Amino acid sequence: MTPGDLSTLLVWAAMTAFTIALVAYTVDLSRIAEAAQRRPRQLARVGAGGVADGVAEAGAGAGVARAGGASARAEGIARTTTALGIVFLLAGVVLRGIAAGHWPTANMYEFTLVGVLAASAVLVVVQRRRFIAFLGVVVLGIGVLALAMALLVFYVRADAVQPALQSYWLVLHVGVAITATGVFTVAFAASVLQVLSAARAEGRSHLAAPWARADGVRRALVRWQVTGPRFAWLRQVPDARNLEALAFRLNAVGFVLWTFTLIGGAIWAEHAWGRYWNWDPKEVGTFVAWVVYAAYLHARTTRGWSGRRAAYLVFVGYGVVIANFTVVNLYVSGLHSYSGLR
Amino acid sequence: MARPTKTHRPEGLDDAFALGPETDAVAGPGADPDPGADAAGGTGAGSGSGSSAAPPPTPVLPVLGPWGWARWAWRQLTSMRVALLLLLLLAVAAVPGTVFPQHSQRPEDVAAYLVDHPGTGPWLDRLGFFDVYSSAWFSAIYLLLFVSLVGCILPRSRQHWRAMWGRPPRTPRRLGRFPAQGSGTSPDEPRVVAERAAALLRRGWPGLRWVPTYRVDVHDEGGGTWSVAAERGYLRETGNLVFHLALVALLVAVAAGQLAHFRAQVVVVQGDTVVNSVASYDTLERGRLFDPAALVPFTLRLDHFDATFDPDTGAARDFTAHVTVTEPGADPAPGIIKVNDPLTVAGTKVYLQGNGYAPAVTVRDAAGEVAFTGPVPFLPQDAVYTSRGVIKVPDVSGGQPQIGLVGYLLPSSMQVGEDQWLSTGPQPDDPLLVLSVWSGDLGLDGGVPQNVYRLDEAGLTQAVDAAGTPVTLTVRPGETVDLPDGLGTVTFDSLPRFVALDLRRDPSLPWVLTFALVALAGLATSLFAPRRRLWLRAAPGAPASSGGEPGAQDLGPGTVVTAAGLARGDDVGLAPELDRVLDDVLHRVKADLPEEDGRDDAW
Repeated sequence: MTPGDLSTLLVWAAMTAFTIALVAYTVDLSRIAEAAQRRPRQLARVGAGGVADGVAEAGAGAGVARAGGASARAEGIARTTTALGIVFLLAGVVLRGIAAGHWPTANMYEFTLVGVLAASAVLVVVQRRRFIAFLGVVVLGIGVLALAMALLVFYVRADAVQPALQSYWLVLHVGVAITATGVFTVAFAASVLQVLSAARAEGRSHLAAPWARADGVRRALVRWQVTGPRFAWLRQVPDARNLEALAFRLNAVGFVLWTFTLIGGAIWAEHAWGRYWNWDPKEVGTFVAWVVYAAYLHARTTRGWSGRRAAYLVFVGYGVVIANFTVVNLYVSGLHSYSGLR
Repeated sequence: MARPTKTHRPEGLDDAFALGPETDAVAGPGADPDPGADAAGGTGAGSGSGSSAAPPPTPVLPVLGPWGWARWAWRQLTSMRVALLLLLLLAVAAVPGTVFPQHSQRPEDVAAYLVDHPGTGPWLDRLGFFDVYSSAWFSAIYLLLFVSLVGCILPRSRQHWRAMWGRPPRTPRRLGRFPAQGSGTSPDEPRVVAERAAALLRRGWPGLRWVPTYRVDVHDEGGGTWSVAAERGYLRETGNLVFHLALVALLVAVAAGQLAHFRAQVVVVQGDTVVNSVASYDTLERGRLFDPAALVPFTLRLDHFDATFDPDTGAARDFTAHVTVTEPGADPAPGIIKVNDPLTVAGTKVYLQGNGYAPAVTVRDAAGEVAFTGPVPFLPQDAVYTSRGVIKVPDVSGGQPQIGLVGYLLPSSMQVGEDQWLSTGPQPDDPLLVLSVWSGDLGLDGGVPQNVYRLDEAGLTQAVDAAGTPVTLTVRPGETVDLPDGLGTVTFDSLPRFVALDLRRDPSLPWVLTFALVALAGLATSLFAPRRRLWLRAAPGAPASSGGEPGAQDLGPGTVVTAAGLARGDDVGLAPELDRVLDDVLHRVKADLPEEDGRDDAW
């Protein structure tokens, strides 16, 4: 078996491990949700949840290591299989590099592997401090999907690289860009949770008031309103302020890495193409993501924009990062056409 | 030092820290004291859109003259909200450049788009959608953004400069309003406690004790009460300002580079020499301030070009141009140019941007005279170097029609049908020229510059055989083939390679790099250095001065210590730090703390 084949096998193993971890995280989350749904019924329920709920949550949110109803076994399985998946993926990436004879960040398949590796590693670091099942579900959900895409769609044979990519900047520029994407992924999950948590604490739901025309749709979805019992588990997560702080720290790290990506890319472009800035579609995408995250950092400190609205900018920024990786690589021709797919 | 009336902060900046300790800002955004707006003298207009609390004063219309309006506009432009809006606008405005083809990158795609969309195309062209990044609206957005940035950053820099020499704000009378609080008792004298706290705060970084963290003042408040005021993290605002100023400097450096740069492109065939002068370049692009006389006339000879391809996939693996460079007054020196490794000669960088084949041909006219001889670059169209080119033969003997040969060079040819060939690989294993023949007037005598890779067919007729189908000639190296209609012969002599070189000089590059790196350093500092103020008051064991602070009820015989902290932005590390300082001051044992505190530290 060649190193390349072994690498592919390990990536499949990593995906399997991550899938098991994802299931375990989901089981844990559903146990928490179930327990949280049961509890308010035992207590006297005031009104339709909402504000009364939020008061109860404020106390429960802080300082709880394990959420109520959480399954210790599911969390153990999630932790173990995530770690196992990281080990498999790391071995797969290393073998891929050996097979290709270069740092394995030269095509979309390799980008995706390293990106998932970075995201899951950041997840483990964040979970080490406090176990939040929701973050695991979102990050590993994205990770498993990305690995499946990598194996089924983006896969190319391990091979040497073309002259334009023969530079140490392949390690620095691309490696940092992928790491930043991994960090942004966890930050995105934290921001989603922050928005949900804030909406529940404030008792604000778009599904509460009737929708003018599509009220049927609303009624179908109303069981899923964030203030309803299905989201009672949100009382178990840290409050929105703490989640915002977590998302900000991660986004700040990601933003600095992203800035380095831009600068490193410009230096490399100067070496390879004789222009440090070409307005190439990839560069524009990176620039737009940078500007959106810069807007996020400003919004955080702007009156009326901090909190929920700033988190929306995180969603936009992460969307741009992902689109810049997928759409621009696959459908737009430019100087960065290195996906390896023709 | 930084008195509230002098502080500047942009409209809409939600930052309790910037307001100083004595204002009510920590109570929440609703309070909105905004002393700066009042100082600016705007009567109502100055407080803008977001100041909800201030009741609108009675309109005094004549006051707001042109100067007032200008002031109002300036305050709006430099406000946080407008800066945010401009940032988002910049992000949106950059997108069309990837959706529509751009003149500067793919002019041929722009032309094709205009042909395909006769209705919308010209309008998009007029509105600058094919030149987004130099269009008026895109420039307007980023220039406004930078004006807003300068208008916001300069006053803040001035203020920060003053604050750098200032002392921490005095301990506020009431500590109960701050986001982080703590209290305790100590058997020691208030003065001893205060000085111990000051010493602890002055201690510096763990492991780097000589690098100070907090700037600390100890105050005697009278009546036996002592207090400590400490502030750290001036670097945070420094980093923030440095980042923004570096961005301005970066923009200036890029603009200066645009004015002073030159970029030339030239095609060099193996064995040929090119001189660094305007006349010898195929294309030249230069800034307004570039002086062509400043070009150092060095020569560059392409000795040899190595191209390596993967034997299985045919993918490119290595391109190396071996050149000989002769600077004026110096001996010839060998040099190597690779794709990621430009050669620098006399301050000019030479990049390897492309390569291909330049078949050397000789064309003899009907009289048997040599009408043309030499290599002709054929431009590669794909990965297997199927290359397209034109051989123009204007200098035929008197009275004969001029000749144009158009066609393809196939480095590794394979016949796939009658009159059909294709290339199977990039290396010259079995080169073949496939040409069609045109004769007549090449249109070169009008003095209008022509594209050397295109044939102007207006004055030409294509040679056809008896059946009326166009004649296709195939020539292999060393072969001589008769041209149809007795026009003469064409000989394929040899197949040298050519390289396409970019020569470039941009004196701004070191500055662009420097400012970019300074911006990165400033950004990292501004995001990761915490800015905090801590206050600690040690009062004799009677509740007189602390005025009923919560948590101070268990008064012992010694000293009552109350402490508070304020941080810039959302700083979850503030409360743990305050607790740590308080513990150290009071000699409290860590194990007394609830276990959960350590976990919350992570958030």
